[in-house]
Amino acid sequence: MNLEILGITVLWTFLFGYIMVGAIDFGAGFFNAYSLITGKQRVLTKVIQRYLSPVWEITNVFLVFFFVGIIGFFPKTAFYYGTTLLVPVSFGLILLAIRGSYYAFETYGSRGHKGYSFMYGLAGLLIPASLSIVLTISEGGFIELVDGNPVLDYWKLFTSPLTWSIVVLSISATLYISAVFLTWYANKARDLEAASLLRRYALTWSFPTMIAAGGIIYELKKYQPEHYSNIQNFWPMFLISFLLFVGTVFLLYTKRQYGWAFTLLAGQFAFAFYGYGASHYPYLLYPYLTIYDSFTNPAMAISLVVVFILGLCLLIPSLILVMRLFLFDKDYVRGKGDYHA
Amino acid sequence: MGNEEAVFFSRVLTETTLSFHIIYATIGVGVPLMIMIAQWVGIRKNDEHYILLARRWARGFVITVAVGVVTGTAIGLQLSLLWPNFMELAGNVIALPLFMETFAFFFEAIFLGIYLYTWDRFENQKKHLLLLIPVALGAAFSAVFITIVNAFMNAPRGFDIVNGELVNISPLLAMFNPAMPTKVAHVVVTAFMTAAFVLAAIAAFRLLRGSDHVYHKKALFLTMKLGFIFSIGAAIIGDFSGKYLAEYQPEKLAAAEWHFETTDKAELILMGVLTEDNEVKYALKIPYGLSILAANNPFAEVTGLDQFPEDEVPPLYIHYLFNLMVFIGMWMALLSAIFLLGKWREWKFIASKWFRWLIVLGGPLSILAIEFGWWFAEVGRQPWILRDIMKVSEAATTSGQVDMMLILFCLLYLVLGVGSVVVLRRMFRRNPVEKELEDRHAMKGRDVR
Repeated sequence: MNLEILGITVLWTFLFGYIMVGAIDFGAGFFNAYSLITGKQRVLTKVIQRYLSPVWEITNVFLVFFFVGIIGFFPKTAFYYGTTLLVPVSFGLILLAIRGSYYAFETYGSRGHKGYSFMYGLAGLLIPASLSIVLTISEGGFIELVDGNPVLDYWKLFTSPLTWSIVVLSISATLYISAVFLTWYANKARDLEAASLLRRYALTWSFPTMIAAGGIIYELKKYQPEHYSNIQNFWPMFLISFLLFVGTVFLLYTKRQYGWAFTLLAGQFAFAFYGYGASHYPYLLYPYLTIYDSFTNPAMAISLVVVFILGLCLLIPSLILVMRLFLFDKDYVRGKGDYHA
Repeated sequence: MGNEEAVFFSRVLTETTLSFHIIYATIGVGVPLMIMIAQWVGIRKNDEHYILLARRWARGFVITVAVGVVTGTAIGLQLSLLWPNFMELAGNVIALPLFMETFAFFFEAIFLGIYLYTWDRFENQKKHLLLLIPVALGAAFSAVFITIVNAFMNAPRGFDIVNGELVNISPLLAMFNPAMPTKVAHVVVTAFMTAAFVLAAIAAFRLLRGSDHVYHKKALFLTMKLGFIFSIGAAIIGDFSGKYLAEYQPEKLAAAEWHFETTDKAELILMGVLTEDNEVKYALKIPYGLSILAANNPFAEVTGLDQFPEDEVPPLYIHYLFNLMVFIGMWMALLSAIFLLGKWREWKFIASKWFRWLIVLGGPLSILAIEFGWWFAEVGRQPWILRDIMKVSEAATTSGQVDMMLILFCLLYLVLGVGSVVVLRRMFRRNPVEKELEDRHAMKGRDVR
């Protein structure tokens, strides 16, 4: 394995981490807001807040890590993506800012404030939609070089079915991932009423997610045949992903083993995500940027890898501590002790 | 939009984001240490007041940290969105501290989450205090790493440019550039100083607003002590910063001091106005002052603006930014010194209304000093984004939508700024300290009032 592939694998892993924790987070915020409208807040709010409260800030770090890392490992991305993504990423940033701060305002400032809850619930749902546009753009064809400067063709971007299938996938996947996770979490908390409601949400969003994912592959065939044929080379990964999906839905449907259902779901998304990433190789942006021509100098690459390894030595034990205290601590999950400042 | 407009709006947007972010970032770096000290004092003295102080500060801190995190994410991405050409170069040379900062931030975020949700969960309170150490360290190191990147912009090192190509790149040399020691120390110490004075202002304000509780008096005494210590630190480091500038960025020092001609025995100019032919009027002049600041020697020669081409001299209004920053720093050191002396000698006036109002005023003033300092740092580097290597005008995006984004982000900062103030006020008003002490008294069954 060369440094280029090592670098992109590390970054892709953090992006995967962000997509999973972010989806759980954003979906939970949305379900919380939704339960306020439908009057089910009594059932859902408690379990959702129990999970969300100690981890919200950690979610954000995954994203920061990804974009700082990509500038470090692949500095040329700053030029291409930086110039063209001003508008979509700024929208993402504004949503992210509203989501993060209003979440804190509601949780620590005025518990149960409806306006704040709606604000962060809705903003959270739109974040995946606005950030997923970056993936669409990376497929190429939306950026042209004018006088040596990359320019984004908005009209083409927003009239492309590919854009919209990716947006739909990002939203439905967010709700699906979140619902499956929270079903497990609620079940662990012995909150059966919440678990059964969340299970229903999970089943509702399972098939739209799969249909949107299929739609993207279909659109790619028309739109970016090169990538499409690469995807076919990785068919076993997508097949495994699909089988894991079937497994999750089966467990949910038969009301069994919610922990396993979530594990299978994580596997499903991992296989699809890495399969997609691998088939995108070597391009970071079709057809301008590959991981090779945009890679940083060896001195920087090696020092980044060293810092990354040292950083992990610090982070992994701390993450385990968080999980032991909040995710796997029975008393905490069941709400037996409230030790909030 | 022409490129000039894109450059202009990129500058305005970056300045707006930084000016807003730095308020929350400074509090975010400084307050964890204050919480730690208060909790430590509380445990040592077995004094419930200090513990509660730490707890209430921690609650307020979460709100400011949330805004700090999201605006920090904004500036992090805006660097690439607005200054893509700069970030392409920076990515090659100075990406390491940026990368380290995410780890520091990660570390802080994880332990902050744990700390907040484990109050009273441990039998031994010291264990809970231990959780705060990574929070304070993570916060301080975030500031260290980010300031290193800023130092690099002022004194780029660790690479060569040969035929337009970057060669001989050394990430460590880039990190440990000559601007780094003074800049990092200055940013970190002033963050502690500002946090202390902001918390002191809150305590003084509560005392003015009718509460005569000893809790607030303890808070005021503790924060004024800390503020005094850190303001002395800031003054000493400020002196070193002057020497750094004289040696490595003489045009910045000369512009800040309206020092036009290279001379020895240079005088330090305070305030004043500049006439059209660059004559200084109405200023307070301290003989030998600038030579002492620049070289610790009243007879030393100080480089003037005459040594630089006109288009490489920063705007001269930075003189006021520099002066105001220094004045506020001095004033706060003096104010806290008088307060401490007064406590010791039992002077009555330090508990008087007017004196407490001065302390209240010190909170916003300290924040203003931080703003002046950063404006001075950034405007003083003009026209360069990377001194002597890349100009700001060459670094900006070519995108045509920066003006629209500027409006959107201004609205966002308005919403966040107002929101955070409203929430903080409501939070503490609903749960005044007297009530909380009663509750804890009832819970613990011993006298904590």
